[in-house]
Amino acid sequence: MHTYLDFEKPIAELEGKVQELRLLAHEDPSVSITDEVAKLEQKAAQLLQDTYSSLTPWQKLQVARHPRRPHFVDYVERLVEDFTPLAGDRLFGEDAAIMGGLGRFRGRSVVVIGHEKGSDTQSRMKHNFGLARPEGYRKAIRLMDLAERFGIPVVTLVDTQGAYPGSDSEERGVAEAIARSTDRCLSLKVPLVSVIIGEGGSGGAVALACGNRILMLEHSVYSVISPEGAASILWRDSAKAKDAATAMKITAQNLHQLGVIDRVLPEPIGGAHRERHQMIKEAGDGIEEELRGLEKLDGATLKRLRREKFLAMGRVGVV
Amino acid sequence: MNWITNVVRPRIQRVFKKKDTPDNLWRKCPACNEMIFHRDLEAALNVCPHCDHHMRLGTAARLASLFDDGQYQTVTVAGVPLDPLKFRDQKKYPDRLKEARSKTGRDEAITVAHGPLDGVETIISIQDFAFMGGSLGMAAGEAIIKSAEIAIEKKAPFILFTAAGGARMQEGILSLMQMPRTTVAVEMLREAGIPYIVVLTDPTTGGVLASYAMLGDIQISEPGALIGFSGRRVIEQTIREKLPDDFQKAEFQLDHGMIDMIVHRHKLKDTLARTIRILMHKPKLGTPSTLPARTASR
Ligand SMILES: [Zn+2]
Repeated sequence: MHTYLDFEKPIAELEGKVQELRLLAHEDPSVSITDEVAKLEQKAAQLLQDTYSSLTPWQKLQVARHPRRPHFVDYVERLVEDFTPLAGDRLFGEDAAIMGGLGRFRGRSVVVIGHEKGSDTQSRMKHNFGLARPEGYRKAIRLMDLAERFGIPVVTLVDTQGAYPGSDSEERGVAEAIARSTDRCLSLKVPLVSVIIGEGGSGGAVALACGNRILMLEHSVYSVISPEGAASILWRDSAKAKDAATAMKITAQNLHQLGVIDRVLPEPIGGAHRERHQMIKEAGDGIEEELRGLEKLDGATLKRLRREKFLAMGRVGVV
Repeated sequence: MNWITNVVRPRIQRVFKKKDTPDNLWRKCPACNEMIFHRDLEAALNVCPHCDHHMRLGTAARLASLFDDGQYQTVTVAGVPLDPLKFRDQKKYPDRLKEARSKTGRDEAITVAHGPLDGVETIISIQDFAFMGGSLGMAAGEAIIKSAEIAIEKKAPFILFTAAGGARMQEGILSLMQMPRTTVAVEMLREAGIPYIVVLTDPTTGGVLASYAMLGDIQISEPGALIGFSGRRVIEQTIREKLPDDFQKAEFQLDHGMIDMIVHRHKLKDTLARTIRILMHKPKLGTPSTLPARTASR
């Protein structure tokens, strides 16, 4: 079963018609549908391409949040061999909203860390929809420490609406945890490649996203506050979320232009959720390329270049 | 700038302005509802003489209260791109900036100053809530980086007074990037062995708290200050419960191990001076060193 987004309705109708015709032909083999189906399929494919080549920021946000979009566990399953998940922050608990562990990625040891939103009711509950508590960030810090100690590069996959806004999160210092995690990313003496695979929501995303290289999937978004939040604060009207999405410049293309990210990874036509394996493989290719470049550099240089990159943001290339 | 320009003139202007409007001569304490004569309130650094409630304190008065004899110099911070997103909500961002500038008489949310604090050259930067809610944008980020740079150059401690609703949303992702950028500044201080002291004032929330405001070597807060990451309303909606009144207050943060101490505004200068002198291996002011010679000579 495919989940269609609101703006995909015309595509859904065409694809639905194709299905109907197929069913009809199956029931009555004397009906010839080949021409009709081919025509409709071509039309649907064209419409899909047209739609996805001109998505508005608001539509991209829907794609970034698509329930079938590949998540952390999907990337790890197909890209990381011998994945060995590691749990707990050694201080209070285990937070499954941020996952991480050891593994092998195309021949090298890696530490992979990322938000996991979950893909059905049960797993969404388990992973708290990717909304991390302090323990998630403190686990991330612990895994980065581990990576540095053993000279292992780190890959972070970012996909969250933000940190969990609960009272327990506040009581245990979520702000401090985010600050320390950002701090740890920026002081790492091993390569760090960050990929925004879905939603990059505010400080809860930044805490894992301060890589030497920051990549974004074509229809991913990254913003200081959710468009819904901005609409209710700045416009005092949550119905203005679409305007806020445009005004805040949240798309991968916007961010690339502003010099905040290094590279946009193209998605299959129709979005990552339509061709999941193809997307995961291409993201893997992008990560591998970036790691290859970084692996030539020594620890001090990696740290220095990462800092210089952040210090230059907003100073260079923005008018 | 000298003492006259920084302290006296604004005060004279304030007094003259207020003469026209006798209503302004008295201010009501929002905590105990007592009326306070404006000069008494100013002399008390905006702390209520009846109930000790700490009201917000402007940048000029804050700086004057800390530096010896109120003497300090402000530091110019490099300019940043204006309105890179061409942002417009109900108003255009440049118009909001203009309003904030004329309301506060300041260029941006953070003012950087240096001067002697108890005889020790110190960098003090103030984030002013009156300037667009103190929000952290590119200019504020540059101010913190600049503060760190001059602190390192002068080998002087850096004290940062925080106050902000969070990030400057009108600068979009570029405001969010001030979280890592200011964190780099804190790392530079740490590596140079320069003390970095954060004084959290009311309110310090959002992305500001989740970056430089929680990374101090010493974390001090003023009494009653609101300190939290997520907004109260958002949390209440999430947990479907009403939060207690003291939630996210300085006292709550002290109880939860997030800050070192809560210090009354009238004792703040003493506390800062004492802390800095110990961290910098300097003897007590006006007394011969009681530290062992090898430590004192460092
Ligand atoms: Zn009072």
